[in-house]
Amino acid sequence: MNRYFQTFIYAFASLVIVSCGGDSNAVDAKSDRSVQYFPNMYESVGYETYQEGDIFEGNVEAQLPVEGTVNRGWLPYEYANSNEGYASAKADLKNPLPYTEENLASGQELYNIYCAICHGTKGDGKGHLVKTEKILGVPSYADRDISQGSIYHVMYWGINYMGSYASQTSIEERWQIAHHVDALTRDLKGQDVQEFVTVEDVTSLDTHTEGHVVEEHSVEMHNEDSHDGDHDSQEENHSSTEGE
Amino acid sequence: MIKRKLHFSAWQIILASVFVTFSTLSVYGQDAATSDGEPAAPVEAAGSGNAAAGEALFKANCASCHKLYKKAVGPALHEVSQKYDREWLYKWISNSAALIASGDAQAIAVYNEYNQTAMNAFPQLSNVDIDNILAYTDTPKPAPAAAVAGATGDVQSGGASDNTLNSIVLAALALILVLLVALLFVVNSTLKRFADANGIQTDFEDEKEVRRPLWKAFAENQFLVLVSAVFLLLASAYFAYGALMSVGVDQGYAPVQPIHYSHRIHAGANEIECKYCHSSARESKHSGIPSLNVCMNCHKSIGEVADATYQEGMTEYGIDYNKEIEKLYAATGWDSDEQAFTGETQPVRWVRIHNLPDLAYFNHAQHVTAGNIACQQCHGPVEEMEVMYQYSPLTMGWCINCHRETNVDLANNGYYEKIHEELSKQRGGKQLTIADLGGLECGKCHY
Repeated sequence: MNRYFQTFIYAFASLVIVSCGGDSNAVDAKSDRSVQYFPNMYESVGYETYQEGDIFEGNVEAQLPVEGTVNRGWLPYEYANSNEGYASAKADLKNPLPYTEENLASGQELYNIYCAICHGTKGDGKGHLVKTEKILGVPSYADRDISQGSIYHVMYWGINYMGSYASQTSIEERWQIAHHVDALTRDLKGQDVQEFVTVEDVTSLDTHTEGHVVEEHSVEMHNEDSHDGDHDSQEENHSSTEGE
Repeated sequence: MIKRKLHFSAWQIILASVFVTFSTLSVYGQDAATSDGEPAAPVEAAGSGNAAAGEALFKANCASCHKLYKKAVGPALHEVSQKYDREWLYKWISNSAALIASGDAQAIAVYNEYNQTAMNAFPQLSNVDIDNILAYTDTPKPAPAAAVAGATGDVQSGGASDNTLNSIVLAALALILVLLVALLFVVNSTLKRFADANGIQTDFEDEKEVRRPLWKAFAENQFLVLVSAVFLLLASAYFAYGALMSVGVDQGYAPVQPIHYSHRIHAGANEIECKYCHSSARESKHSGIPSLNVCMNCHKSIGEVADATYQEGMTEYGIDYNKEIEKLYAATGWDSDEQAFTGETQPVRWVRIHNLPDLAYFNHAQHVTAGNIACQQCHGPVEEMEVMYQYSPLTMGWCINCHRETNVDLANNGYYEKIHEELSKQRGGKQLTIADLGGLECGKCHY
């Protein structure tokens, strides 16, 4: 009997060892955090981003700013989210950013992040989500009568099933995207390519995006610019909660 | 002789049974893989237009605001041609604003019913095109119970039976093993009886000599004791080191999130840019957990996943994706029947995965925008992750190593141009790494 017992023990032990092996394909996924040594240096005393905190409404640290708060460079947007607002933005609103290669390039980069997934990299309404029939009915820019003002208005408020992109982009970024959308529309409609504004025309107002250029080209061109105005105040509109 | 023969047959039985069960398993697996849900093709309507051409037009022009059977931005369009006069529909579709402006009572009623949302003008659609679209919208609704269940039911039952099949096979194997053990006992006792009958001695216990216990022999051999002590110490040091090094390291941390969000579907299959949702990674310290309005940019119109995706979720991951979208709607207070927000929102308690200790500073914008580093370099193949997990250890050694090895990306990066020139002169013109720019200074990350 002793021998049987021994055999049983060995069999059981080998079974335990084998079953401890686990699935070699599975990622070593843990659902718990590991131990922390000196957690005082790990856990912030102040509130961290997205932390829970009982002094906040709904325990959410990520609150909207107090009503009426404006962040640096914020500008009011005066066109209402209505058919009339759309029409007047389309007619009156002009792009304050000069049409430079840099603005167009960053516009294209942003367009490819935020817009191309539905509107397509060419603006023909054939983005990846449309091709795979996840989102349908995205028009080609060629079929639409749009101006830069209406492009901006739609990015700001959204239209029909297209949501607002005000929380993901800043004022300046939206105008850069508007430049790119306009360039795509011209391309689709077979219109002439717009000429870039030369660097000399814009040195004085494009101070924040092209800081090093300003140093190289002296400020003597300052008088020539015709686009002056609100541009400076548009820098750093980086809030992710704007417009919502 | 008899014993050997019996031994062989026992092994043969085991091998044969294992072989049989595995081959049935693989056959069943193939069955489940090959059946596929094919939606029924739209039937050509008896009306005047071509429904197939109409479907293409509908999807290209109308589907952004209209669904067939459900209210969307605009009304549901199934059998709309029976509600309105065809001539009126031609006018309305080609330019609804003009029709409203002309004072048409019916047009104004529709306009007001849908919150005065202006419908785009479609001058590019001819009357024939509109006929085609109307033919498509008149296509009878496919019976969901018969057609859809017939097409997709196979997959579901195949998937569900996969698990039960496995347990049946396991139970059968266990039964076979038990039978084998019983068989061996029977064989053994039979052989013993044979041996006893033939007068062969089988009980050797009388001859057993009194042996020294094993542990005593071991303890008396000093060399063996020394070697095993050294081995034991080394082994425990190895495991202790491993355990200590994992303190505060959460590599592989994959918590269960309140809403099951699949990066595999969104970033992988749908090819959505990381920065579409994590937009603040471009310009802020934090990459940002997207606020739910970003989800609703798409999910206002995507209330259910495609059939194939749904089946994949149920069989591969055991997740009902449609229920997860329902959770999103509950959190944002979106009423998908009314297509409006109710205003009752509920914050989602996402579980944070990547969390640097408070003693270290990290800035996303610095890495993503200035450094031009792909998200995947630190976060791993996110586009393949069904459940998000921490890919990198996020230890200081890991940071420092990358700072030592990564060259400063100077292409189109005016920010570094001058400093790179100066430093290159000092260092004999070699490519600069982050460490050369001060990426190893303590105060860069700890202050």
